[in-house]
Amino acid sequence: MASKKRVMAAAGVAITLGLTTAACGGGSDSDDKGGNSGGAAGYNAAITGVVNPSTTKGGTLNLWSSQDADSWDPVRGYYAFVWNLNRLYTRKLVDYSAAPGKDGLKLTPDLAAAEPEVSADKLTYTFKLRDGIKFDDGSPITSKDIKYGIERVWASDVLSGGPVYLPGILDPDKTYKGPYKDTDPNKLGLKSVTTPDDKTISFKLTKPSGDFLYLLAMPGSGPVPQKRDTGAQYGKKPASSGPYMFKDIQPGKSASWVRNPNWDPATDPIRKALPDAINLTITTNADDLDSRLLAGTADLDVGQVGVQAAARTKLLSDPNLKKNADNPVSGFLRYAGITPVAPLDNIECRKAVIYAADPTALQAAFGGPLAAGDIGTSMLPENIAGSDANYDPFNRKQGKPQVDKAKEALTACGKPNGFDLTITARNNRAQEVKAAEALQASLKAVGINAKIDQYDGAQQASITGSPDNVKKKGYGIIMAAWAADYPTGSGYMQPLSDSRFIPANGNYNLPEIKDPAIDELFDKANVEPDPTKAAEYYKQINTKIMEGAYYLPVVSAKALNYRNPRLTNVYIHDTFGQVDFQALGVNDGK
Amino acid sequence: MAGAIVVIFLIIVAVLAPVLTKWFGHPIDEYHIDQIDPTFSTPIGKFGGISREFLFGVEPTSGRDVFSRILYGAQTSLSVAFLSALLSTFLGTIFGLAAGFLGGWVDAVISRVMDFLLAFPQLLFAIALVSVLPDSFLFFGDRWSRVFVLVGVIGFFGWPYIGRIVRGQTLSLREREFVEASRSMGARSGRILFKELLPNLAAPILVYATLIIPTNILTEAALSFLGVGIPPPNPSWGGMLSDAVTFYSIDPMYMIIPGGMIFITVLAFNLFGDGLRDALDPKAR
Repeated sequence: MASKKRVMAAAGVAITLGLTTAACGGGSDSDDKGGNSGGAAGYNAAITGVVNPSTTKGGTLNLWSSQDADSWDPVRGYYAFVWNLNRLYTRKLVDYSAAPGKDGLKLTPDLAAAEPEVSADKLTYTFKLRDGIKFDDGSPITSKDIKYGIERVWASDVLSGGPVYLPGILDPDKTYKGPYKDTDPNKLGLKSVTTPDDKTISFKLTKPSGDFLYLLAMPGSGPVPQKRDTGAQYGKKPASSGPYMFKDIQPGKSASWVRNPNWDPATDPIRKALPDAINLTITTNADDLDSRLLAGTADLDVGQVGVQAAARTKLLSDPNLKKNADNPVSGFLRYAGITPVAPLDNIECRKAVIYAADPTALQAAFGGPLAAGDIGTSMLPENIAGSDANYDPFNRKQGKPQVDKAKEALTACGKPNGFDLTITARNNRAQEVKAAEALQASLKAVGINAKIDQYDGAQQASITGSPDNVKKKGYGIIMAAWAADYPTGSGYMQPLSDSRFIPANGNYNLPEIKDPAIDELFDKANVEPDPTKAAEYYKQINTKIMEGAYYLPVVSAKALNYRNPRLTNVYIHDTFGQVDFQALGVNDGK
Repeated sequence: MAGAIVVIFLIIVAVLAPVLTKWFGHPIDEYHIDQIDPTFSTPIGKFGGISREFLFGVEPTSGRDVFSRILYGAQTSLSVAFLSALLSTFLGTIFGLAAGFLGGWVDAVISRVMDFLLAFPQLLFAIALVSVLPDSFLFFGDRWSRVFVLVGVIGFFGWPYIGRIVRGQTLSLREREFVEASRSMGARSGRILFKELLPNLAAPILVYATLIIPTNILTEAALSFLGVGIPPPNPSWGGMLSDAVTFYSIDPMYMIIPGGMIFITVLAFNLFGDGLRDALDPKAR
């Protein structure tokens, strides 16, 4: 996801903190072949349970990727796999539990000894740190290191690329300019975070927020020792607070980790730290990576976005390979945003577009039901509370375009003979362009003539993210994809549908939805302490978005990934939609 | 001779693409999802889904008719190749004649410009240029606008090849007796250029124009392969090849067909050009 800046809305505490350890087994509601009660390998076995549970230490984990990390600096990385890998070397006050299934969405105290003390007005959070926590150089991790690490989020001018959520809650007026422009001699000038002693850190929020703890679980909220901070260069050699520390980083080529001798397993309820060393090799050839996976010379593709078409065929037609594959939901939703460019400002014309779109052709463009995922029906992905897989207001699941209904809608819109519009797709995403072509072909059947405009995906924020530019260029439909930075309904949907989230640049509320009812529901959900009740609000928001026909949901993305049979403790972590890298081990000691 | 027959056949096919598609194929942007195995994204039928209904099979993921797309791709490839050959021949002849006939500083300037263009990384420049030029202009749709942009770019970078040959030939011709004779009889430069020199240059120009066409086809295919060719859903051979890369091991037919078409076309034009040279310009053998 490109960088998302956001202003936080009012909220209450809605997060259950509970100590959870990686548990074997899991849900039994799986409809997959080769059941997984005993932790054995099997197709999709890592989705519901732990494959090859083990506590055997030793060996080297050989990870591969077809893409380099955006940055190893915890504040600057934004790729999902980089956040996941950060769990190896960046601990936070709280982090996601190491468990398969829904348990992985829960937060566990990590550097913090226990859940925070929250004041009655829900504005002050106080954490006590654990004893015995140390950086890789042996120096103790103090509350000041955590505060300094968090202050670096403010320095987005020097440390670009990562999410900038915390200032919205702790310092919405941005009075603090970041540690590099800090006049305080200790560079700890951020007023809303206080460190009364080395073991205590306290946060003073400007407004209640149910999302606050999720923001503390982001890698950018991890500790950074001030004397080792090299500013924009810090990603070349980040300090480690976790069980592994960097041995070597070769940009574009590789990264490797070895054990951090100063990490004490007794202080860490989350990480297993089984292998002695971890190597990540970066290749530009995705097909070569797939062959290495299937041949067993690579352990795992950390990108976790699925194998290429050629490997997909091999993998699915050989039962011995298939049992080492998983097809999890990645948490990404691919959709088309319908903008208010005339005549799409009329709800009936938007409905015509949604009814005319061929759900199966769009799904096929992204790779079919296994590689692309299930046909999208609404705007809340299934890993987020409040989503309902059976909610299908436009009857898309049946898989055929509904030409009659589309024509009815066109007549109601006053354009019975159709109209012209422009679809945009990012030119660096081949599948997105193919999907735009599929949409173009199905719209033609009802008389809507679409032109495809391909643009440089790196310029997204200023091209499709600028409402002025969208209006000027007349972009009617914008192909896009979105995943939540943290697993709540507001974390996912608020940037897409709240009228207060329409910046002049980097806008993701593509349809420019300005519905006071939706805004009000977000406000209610954010102060609702009970997650089940909050989920009910998210469900209503989802319904309102769909009733307004603002988005055409395309697919709820899945990825077909392969895991080396020698890997132990493999399970899909629901927060990332990926294998939990920190839990992995190898069973042959190599 | 064989080259000429294939070339003529290809031109007829390209011109008649809409009719042939109507008789033997399906519209280029018509999806046939039922022809595709949803799990693997590949055609259900054997050999890329070749059947009586789909003569060249169907495109993976979408099920579009490869036969129709090859025909329309021929339109794109041939029109870009021909028009840009025409443009470079025109520019090359004018500048080559001027350089060779006038000599002096004109020759120096034009020759340096030609050296500069020949040393230029033209494919990289073409990619940059194509992506910044407008998608559609005047009354042309986005397909033909892009064709003209490609023609302009490829044609502009192609003229020095012809220009050098024309310049060299002019240099040797202008010293010949018949030119001397007409100059001594008081003929003006214009007459010498167009009545005396140009007819003698016609044969090499024609031959080299024919030989640039296959190069242009390859350049157009390369640009389409790199994603700066004709906008979708309009097909081009290079674009089809680029799509086929993902599927080469599981649906090789989808790569073989456009690849084979490019091969046949380039070979035919080369044979045709060689034959033309043998017939018109025996000395160049």
